[in-house]
Amino acid sequence: MGSLTKKQRTALLRIVVTFVLFAGLMICEHTGVFEPLPWWAAALIFIVPYLIIGYDIILKAMKNILHGQVFDENFLMLVATVAAFCIGEYSEAVAVMLFYQVGELFQSYAVGKSRQSITELMNIVPEYANIEWNGELRQVDPDDVEVGDTIIIKPGERIPLDAVIAEGDTMIDTAALTGESVPRHASVGDEIISGCINGSGTIKATVTKAFEDSTVTRILELVENAGSKKAKTENFITRFAKVYTPFVTIAALILAVIPPLFDGDWSEWIARACTFLVISCPCALVISVPLGFFGGIGSASRQGILVKGGSYLEAVAELKTVVFDKTGTLTKGEFRVSKAAAVGCTEEELIETAALAECFSNHPIAVSIREAYGKTINTERVSDTEETAGHGVAALVDGRRVLLGNMALMRDNGIEANELTSPGTVVYAARDGKYIGAIVISDSVKEGSAEAITELKAAGAKRCVMLTGDREAEAGAVSAQLGLDMHYSELLPSDKVGIVEKLLGECGKGENLAFVGDGINDAPVLARADIGIAMGSMGSDAAIEAADIVIMDDDLRKIPEVMKTASKTMRIVRENIVFALGVKLAVLVLGALGIANMWLAVFADVGVAVIAILNSMRMLKKTRT
Amino acid sequence: MKKKFKLQDLDCANCAQKMEDAIKKIDGVTDASVNFMMQKMTVEADDDRFDDIMKKIVDTCKKVEPECVILM
Repeated sequence: MGSLTKKQRTALLRIVVTFVLFAGLMICEHTGVFEPLPWWAAALIFIVPYLIIGYDIILKAMKNILHGQVFDENFLMLVATVAAFCIGEYSEAVAVMLFYQVGELFQSYAVGKSRQSITELMNIVPEYANIEWNGELRQVDPDDVEVGDTIIIKPGERIPLDAVIAEGDTMIDTAALTGESVPRHASVGDEIISGCINGSGTIKATVTKAFEDSTVTRILELVENAGSKKAKTENFITRFAKVYTPFVTIAALILAVIPPLFDGDWSEWIARACTFLVISCPCALVISVPLGFFGGIGSASRQGILVKGGSYLEAVAELKTVVFDKTGTLTKGEFRVSKAAAVGCTEEELIETAALAECFSNHPIAVSIREAYGKTINTERVSDTEETAGHGVAALVDGRRVLLGNMALMRDNGIEANELTSPGTVVYAARDGKYIGAIVISDSVKEGSAEAITELKAAGAKRCVMLTGDREAEAGAVSAQLGLDMHYSELLPSDKVGIVEKLLGECGKGENLAFVGDGINDAPVLARADIGIAMGSMGSDAAIEAADIVIMDDDLRKIPEVMKTASKTMRIVRENIVFALGVKLAVLVLGALGIANMWLAVFADVGVAVIAILNSMRMLKKTRT
Repeated sequence: MKKKFKLQDLDCANCAQKMEDAIKKIDGVTDASVNFMMQKMTVEADDDRFDDIMKKIVDTCKKVEPECVILM
């Protein structure tokens, strides 16, 4: 126990001293040493250990009364023990105070430990940045580095600020942020994210964000502030605690005064009332719930999932409908030529012609056609290019008129083309008024998407829905491939909110809907859903702002993971509530009947708190592997 | 203005809740939260009176939980 704070060490010392004194007194009492003494002398002897162990509680209680804080645990302990003294239960009074302090110490130690292990999980803050200063390497506070400065990161060091590599080549370990254990390769021009660890090579990088805006700072803030978005369970307990203490105290008062009016046994009933007072502190409840959520959030962040608050974790546990955006979420968002059907010419010729005609365009489709061509394009072969938005391009290639675009463009120019129904975007091509074929460009499904859907279903999601602006053929193919329950195609961005609202209406009570998107263009939908989940947003501010849960890498399989974490958290929180309330209630009843004594009451107070804390700590164990 | 403070010796979760409630009631404080797990307090209050309000907050915290120290 080397990690005790100064305060805890003093408490431990007092406990040991009191324990020794108390043990001696108990021996004296049982061997009849005190019998010849008058009652006040025995009381005086017991007051010594009582004061040693309880002086701080007495002082706090006094101060709090002066400040008008009546139902305070210190005050209640004081009243209970003083009452015990008054009815001649000297050893009981000392023992209760002693036991209470032991419990408090243990509780403070356990909370300290769990806090430490959670903050260790989040230990991603870089301590320094290396800057070159007159040819010499200097360590400076990351806070002092400005945007545009060049920093040097050596192997094994934490990347202090978001930056772009200017020199060098390395492998980057992003595990602390994404939970992904395979290092990523990064070289000149690549963005590097603060909080990650530089693996193999020394790199020079240009800082792109100041420390307070850098990813690491934002993530930490997010997790730290997660406590302020309280879950319903947490609010319930807070409200309950406010009523609980006064209620039990008043019950104690009634118990001490009313029954003895009938049977006249004042000291017995006062003793029972003292038991009530000892149990009346709500700490076990108040501590165990937020600790459970905190553990859940900590555990999720270890896996590269940022949860913005306990309330979202609570909501994810009841996730029944998951709505996905297609491009960039379920699919890679990278377009590739998947098929080229040439008519009256070779495939190579078709692609070459198309690549030439598209040589001046930056449209994703043009880019993918040029990629498929793969050779350098001699732009002198192309002239008179003309782009019609939403339709296609017309150009002169090697002096021949080429048309490239959708079916409408062909029809408008009176060209007869075979319509293709394969999924993907189809680009039709014509040369000198004659159809020469079509090129199909499609996006491929992301690795792990299908697995994620299966796991989601296993974790309890009833419906998995896809929204897309793509054509029905394309949407249907992806939907069937992934095993989705429903899909909506040919949507405009503005339609998405409407559909999510409709789906929300179909959800039963207590069932939640999540929208999963990449955070680009879908902020309103992310906000409208019960839970907005943003994907692949290493450093994307928009996504971090708009979403409730941020998945740090692109892996959809993290969604079933977070559902499991949430269910486990909720289970632990419920266990804590039921256990703490159950034990307290049982001891209250037993106390009123005179079966439970003050010792048991102290256990019901601090003992239960400690057990609840240990239970919450289970949340963190799983992720240690 | 929003400011964060570290807290020392904040030992009971219920006291943290009581502190938060009391601080929120202080005139000029728009929002406050006391995070028991992180041992941190966030205060959002009027800019021009911030120092005054902070003094009141320190007093209030002393009343609710005398052992807890706000590290400025």
